[in-house]
Amino acid sequence: MIAGTRHPVWTTLEIAAAWLLGLLWLLPLLYAAWTAIHPAAYATHFTPTAPLTVANFVAAWQAAPFGRYLLNTFLLCSLILAVQFVVCTTAAFAFARLSFVGRDLLFGLVLLQLMIMPDALLVENYRTLAQLRLVDTITAIALPYLGSAFGIFLLRQTFMTVPQALDDAARLEGCGLLGRLWRVYVPLARPTYIAYGLVSVSYHWNNFLWPLVITNSVTTRPLTVGLAVFATTDQGIDWSIITAATLMTSAPLLLAFLLFQRQFVASFMRAGVR
Amino acid sequence: MRASLAAWALVLPSLLLLVAFTHWPAVETLWHSLHATPRGNRPAPFVGLDNYRALLDDPVFFRALWNNTIYAAVTIPASVVLALVMALAVNRAMPGRALLRMAYFLPTMLPMIAVANIWLFFYTPDYGLFDQVLSLFGFGRHNWLGDAATALPAMIAVAVWKEAGFFMIFYLAALQTMPPDLHEAASLDGTPRIMFFRRVTLPLLMPTTLFVLVNAVVNAFRMIDHVVVMTRGGPDNATTLLLYYIYETGFRFWDTATAATLTVVLLAILAALAVLQFGVFGRRVHYR
Amino acid sequence: MIRRRHLLAATTGLLAAPAVLRAQTVEKLTFYYPVAVGGPLAQIIDGYCKAYHEETGVTVEAVYAGDYSQALIKATTALKAGAGPQFAVLLAAEMHSLQDQDILVSLDEIGLDAEAKRWLDGFYPAFLANSHAEGKTWSVPFQRSTAIFYYDKAAFTEAGLDPAKFPTTWAELVAAAGKLTRRDASGKVTRWGIKMAADLGNAQWTFGALANQVDHRLMNEAGTQVFFDDPKAIEAMTFWRGLAADHHVTPDGISAWSQLSPDFLEGNTAIIQHTTGNLTNVRDKARFPFGVAGLAGKTAPRSVVGGGNLYFFRNASPAERQAALRFARWVSAPERAADWSIRTGYIATSPAAYETPALQAYVAKFPEANVARTFLPVATGELSTYENQRVYKALTDNIQACLNGGKTPKQAMQEAQAESDRILRRYQKA
Repeated sequence: MIAGTRHPVWTTLEIAAAWLLGLLWLLPLLYAAWTAIHPAAYATHFTPTAPLTVANFVAAWQAAPFGRYLLNTFLLCSLILAVQFVVCTTAAFAFARLSFVGRDLLFGLVLLQLMIMPDALLVENYRTLAQLRLVDTITAIALPYLGSAFGIFLLRQTFMTVPQALDDAARLEGCGLLGRLWRVYVPLARPTYIAYGLVSVSYHWNNFLWPLVITNSVTTRPLTVGLAVFATTDQGIDWSIITAATLMTSAPLLLAFLLFQRQFVASFMRAGVR
Repeated sequence: MRASLAAWALVLPSLLLLVAFTHWPAVETLWHSLHATPRGNRPAPFVGLDNYRALLDDPVFFRALWNNTIYAAVTIPASVVLALVMALAVNRAMPGRALLRMAYFLPTMLPMIAVANIWLFFYTPDYGLFDQVLSLFGFGRHNWLGDAATALPAMIAVAVWKEAGFFMIFYLAALQTMPPDLHEAASLDGTPRIMFFRRVTLPLLMPTTLFVLVNAVVNAFRMIDHVVVMTRGGPDNATTLLLYYIYETGFRFWDTATAATLTVVLLAILAALAVLQFGVFGRRVHYR
Repeated sequence: MIRRRHLLAATTGLLAAPAVLRAQTVEKLTFYYPVAVGGPLAQIIDGYCKAYHEETGVTVEAVYAGDYSQALIKATTALKAGAGPQFAVLLAAEMHSLQDQDILVSLDEIGLDAEAKRWLDGFYPAFLANSHAEGKTWSVPFQRSTAIFYYDKAAFTEAGLDPAKFPTTWAELVAAAGKLTRRDASGKVTRWGIKMAADLGNAQWTFGALANQVDHRLMNEAGTQVFFDDPKAIEAMTFWRGLAADHHVTPDGISAWSQLSPDFLEGNTAIIQHTTGNLTNVRDKARFPFGVAGLAGKTAPRSVVGGGNLYFFRNASPAERQAALRFARWVSAPERAADWSIRTGYIATSPAAYETPALQAYVAKFPEANVARTFLPVATGELSTYENQRVYKALTDNIQACLNGGKTPKQAMQEAQAESDRILRRYQKA
């Protein structure tokens, strides 16, 4: 067993194992696809000749305001991402390139949030938002996540790799602090933004517990809460409809990933997220 | 001085948000854990450590703590190791590489709340997917979620499935930035693969591992969506995790004082783990 | 200039108008309702709201909040934040807990005239069992049910049983379930005799029925005391555990509520204990002839009522409370109750509903729809105490431990009692 020169049998075996694992990982999606396009009677029977139908999708779409939920989730993710980008960028820049009183202490305080996630504090955060009269708003879902230690940390790492010479050159051309940040640092950190954006969007697209607690109505519920409300019934579970709803609601994210897969991985690579 | 002011101004928005929704509520939680749950419109009386004493008498709390320990002890290493294996697998040229990458990463994109319902079918006794497959090999039925012995492992499997692919991306990115000449040199030397992996690859991946580990630890205490959907902590608290118990106590029982006390315990655990990780592993990694 | 002033006047008029109107008439009400969004039930409710709007001009918005436990959490969470609906359909058994949280307003406080009192007297007494406390009425029966058995008639025939004669005693039930349990050559079960729900939120309902089957009530009227360690309660638990442990007619461990319907429709079990509210759903989906029957008792049939009542909340304005009550009266009128029953399977809440032509015609055509009602006289109220959810959990944890073989029925019941006593101690002093 020497690096680079492997016995072909081993290679084949390894590839087969990798695919087996992949298949296992795909299983829930495959099941969802099967069940969603067949009548309910075939939800638990995998007969190849089962008739096809789009009735489940139609039923699911008509059954709940998924369009509205989709919009809510879209608004939520956009709001979070936009604010996170701005506030994390400025903070990360300060931590990476400026020296100021209390910097290390502050950075320590920020890093604390890497471990103490907002989800753990849901009881207290609920109290705060109730006092602010913000319960049942999209803003309230977003607020606890707008400050992001993860984002600050990631961008700081990237900004630190920007050559000081570029910064100096910009300064000589008369660029102010924000000018340099905008002209030099932000463009160079593009891959980091993409990678972080992906992480943030997929996190909040799928976040459940906090939105469940803080929302009460159709106009604020994100997809996950809408799906949960949709799936629990007194009558019992109906897999055909649920899988159809799942596919519908995950489709935008899945499509985005399929289309930009290469760029995402490349961004992660160049972002130095490691 | 002016530079300091500017720097503070840049940090301020993030700082305000973090303090308002992380640091301050953490302090407030501590404060509330020293008070009784308010009844009606009366203010909550100060009770000192009574809530903590009550917690020591609460078997469900210890059960949740124990469950969460197992949950963390299995999901963290399992998902991190699996993530590394996946990354190594899709890091080289092979047929259908892009598709395989997508397969591994897919669970990250699907809402847990929805896939939990699909897993519910997989775990259904008799005619669920797993029992259908197992019966082909002559095995009998399993009440995966209804049996106290298998319910937690079933939850763990879903958690690992959900997060391994996410961590894979980080490893994959790290592997791809590794200089290829290292590999070539090793193969010319005739270094065994295992040796190369242990001596070169693994140390180079150390910062990634630390990063992934932090995420995995947090997830081990955060990921409870599937518990909400699939078992509600049952049977007999076999799948009650700490955060789920907090949610239940705070929002189902409206016992906010106990919920605050539980939260303090959770925060203490997370803080201790943070110190451990950055203290022990951090020294070996250069973040500067 | 003039135009502008006009505009200004109009605007101020518009701005002032809602405040004035609000004091007199209520234009919009919101209530929380425990069903899955988009289930057939949601569409029916939306239909009622629309009809009510057309009749009265008052908009009633139904917010679907998931199952009973989710709806309860949502409603209390919203109310505690000072927002929330004016009224809601929540589990009838939550009365004591909701009252304790000081969020309810009683019907008496909203104001009942003689006609309204007559309206209240028109409900089945069994459905008002969970509505009275401290001499006041706190809720209005709405989506009410009893537990019933659904059974697969084809399986009965195949097992040599008479599908027209369902067992009425425990001994008969066990014998029938034994015959219905089918095993393949290797001894693996291919069809279970019976399944009952033991997951959180449902185990206490199943158990309430079993306790009633040995003529035992699980709590006192005031909701301050439970009787789990009574020999009769232990007997009920022993019977439940015995179905798996001794008779092998139900699987070991617990079965979840949400999977009972798929299990039954799939032919995985010949009998399920479920709500009448599932009748229409099963009727539409079953691909085999099925029957419904009252629950068997130790010596004679006994059941338990369940389901949701309309509660009115303190944070609504007096006008809103009145408006909510008006809607409650409208929606529980005999014709609506009859329509609701026909389209869902829930039991219509008043005898008057069963005298409407619509329901009489339906019952004549589909006799199963009448089965549950005939068992109302032998049905008990659902387990209902202060700190209801906590007591449910204490009981459910122990039931689950027992069904998993971790505790004996006696141990389980004693521990459930001890834990519940601890929870309820505060209320017993008062």
